[in-house]
Amino acid sequence: MSERENILQRVREALRDPAPIPGSHHGESTGFPVSEAEAAPTISQWLPEVSESEAERFELFEKNSMDLRTDFRLLDSEEEVLEQLAGLAKTENWQKVAIHEGALTDRFRDKLNLPLLVTDGGYEATDLEQCDVGITECDALVAQTGSVLVTARSAGGRALSVLPPHHVVLVRRDQLLPDMPAAFTLLEQRYAPNYPSFISFITGPSRTGDIERILVLGAHGPKKLTVFCW
Amino acid sequence: MIAPSTQFKQDAIRITGDDQRLNLIHTGMKKYEASRGVRQSAFKDWQSARQTAAEIKWDAINHLDTHLVEFADKLEANGAKVHWASNAQQARDIIMGIVRDKGARSIVKSKVMTGEEIHLNQALEKEGYDVVESDLGEYIVQLRHEEPYHFVFPAMHLARGEISDLFERELGSAPTDNPEELTMIARRAIREKYITADIGISGANFGVAETGMISITENEGNARLTCAMPNVHISLMGIEKVLPKLRDLAIFLPMLATAGSGQALTGYNSMYRGPRAEGESDGPEEFHVVLLDNRRTELLADPEQRDALHCIRCGACLNVCPIYRNIGGHAYGTTYQGPIGSVITPHLRGLQDWKHLSGASSLCGACTQTCPVKINLHEHLLQNRRNASSEKPVWWEKIAFKLAGFAMNRPALFQLGLKVAHLAQPLHGLVKGSVLDPARAWTKTRELPEVAGESFRDYWKKRS
Repeated sequence: MSERENILQRVREALRDPAPIPGSHHGESTGFPVSEAEAAPTISQWLPEVSESEAERFELFEKNSMDLRTDFRLLDSEEEVLEQLAGLAKTENWQKVAIHEGALTDRFRDKLNLPLLVTDGGYEATDLEQCDVGITECDALVAQTGSVLVTARSAGGRALSVLPPHHVVLVRRDQLLPDMPAAFTLLEQRYAPNYPSFISFITGPSRTGDIERILVLGAHGPKKLTVFCW
Repeated sequence: MIAPSTQFKQDAIRITGDDQRLNLIHTGMKKYEASRGVRQSAFKDWQSARQTAAEIKWDAINHLDTHLVEFADKLEANGAKVHWASNAQQARDIIMGIVRDKGARSIVKSKVMTGEEIHLNQALEKEGYDVVESDLGEYIVQLRHEEPYHFVFPAMHLARGEISDLFERELGSAPTDNPEELTMIARRAIREKYITADIGISGANFGVAETGMISITENEGNARLTCAMPNVHISLMGIEKVLPKLRDLAIFLPMLATAGSGQALTGYNSMYRGPRAEGESDGPEEFHVVLLDNRRTELLADPEQRDALHCIRCGACLNVCPIYRNIGGHAYGTTYQGPIGSVITPHLRGLQDWKHLSGASSLCGACTQTCPVKINLHEHLLQNRRNASSEKPVWWEKIAFKLAGFAMNRPALFQLGLKVAHLAQPLHGLVKGSVLDPARAWTKTRELPEVAGESFRDYWKKRS
């Protein structure tokens, strides 16, 4: 018998006696576990509040960004984005930009007038490591948590958004989602059943508190996260 | 070898006297409490969220066989290779086999608690492989040749000065007491490892049966790099980590972040379903998932404590535990510290050797109350005590309880006993603290209460 069968056999034997229902101790509410179908729509009702109004959702994303030290820039036009992007390139003295092909990135990459590393179709890791910034698109922003949802397909692979010291996200206003359940609904609608090999909720720049629980940014990933939304 | 219970007692006594260490722990925990309070109260209904999370886990664990099969089949359909390990030795052999097969030299690891459980680093290092922990806290304890102090905050017991000394000694860096500079020293030291390593080893916070994915939660980006750069990615996970649906993560990711570290969401929550797919620009060529039993099925077979497998390893029960806060993480001598560790270790490593951990509790119930998936932790500690003594009764306890029962069932005898105790108590002074003192375990650090001259019954009779 294979080890798989051995383990599954032990699991089946172990499960012969039923376990008590969760939360049935200490005067906690009892009741039979609700089915998933019943549970799913209620999850949003318990998670932190998100407004119905779009303006307030942007405010929430902005407030979360501030807490997380994400540089969130809500702009009015593509020209403004380009102007600010060029400003960043200048102040941070970018020498080389890593980017991927995409509807949004294509509008900017040639206007930056900087050497580019385009990750589509493969690249050398050491080359990407030399880049000053990784510019990507994303699937969505999540107002509730201040997160940027990326996948291997939407954001140029796995490493582009984590290896360079600065991650810049280009995103349209209509990509803002209210909460986590909405983000998973989007993933399901967009990709199921053929999901990308990598999906990530990026919530702020890379951080650690491992030394005396003091917050330090840029532990291993980007020290800066800038989100341009228009 | 010294017995685990003796070691535990010695370490606990030593650490409760180490004020500097305790201050570090208390400061850290206070920060945790403050941010957790803010995040938890942001939930519209935390208690209902807990109940839902507990019910999803209940379903996951009580139908583990079907979820595991779906999880493994989906992963393999996605191009991943799934391995099954009944015990630590098999898991080590599987991983060693992959490493050898690939002709690998250098391995980068993100945090893997199951790796600590099976002593993976020691096994790899013994074979001459270069293994580097990439999580900052894990890296620090690896350089110190120590076990993690806390399964979420591995280096929380160290002051910045100690870390600076360590880096100076091991990496030749200049001394500094700035946490940011210290972090950058580690960043530079580990950066090239991601690029040069042949193999990346990670753990998994969740598995998703529906889609055949693993989900990894982290703040630093080290796990993302570990799963992106090397050519081979191996994930080692316990069989209890599987959730039924992808959308279950919509509740578990925020709850893990809130309970674990007082964040709305942890920095990176990443899901991996296979190796680099067609049309993708990067990612490993091979993705291996090693499913570890290692006596989890024995815990599963105990319906009373099965919910201990609901654990999402947020570490909240350690953070609120008055015992953990006073004896620290190393005293436990276990992979998983604190209340959850005290509950599951006797199942994973043997009840009689680890039953002393069931006494490492004030039974205050803070752990049960804080648990995001409603594990009945402090009751399980009592159940472990009961199971340990019914499996292997202690002879003198048996006699003592028999005698006590005999006296208590005979009111006259009990009354007489009280009188004798009252009269005899002054004589206790003669033997107090010596080997002849029957109460010396108590009187070493405390005074015995005085036995009253008049019992409550007598007092009540006189009063009416």
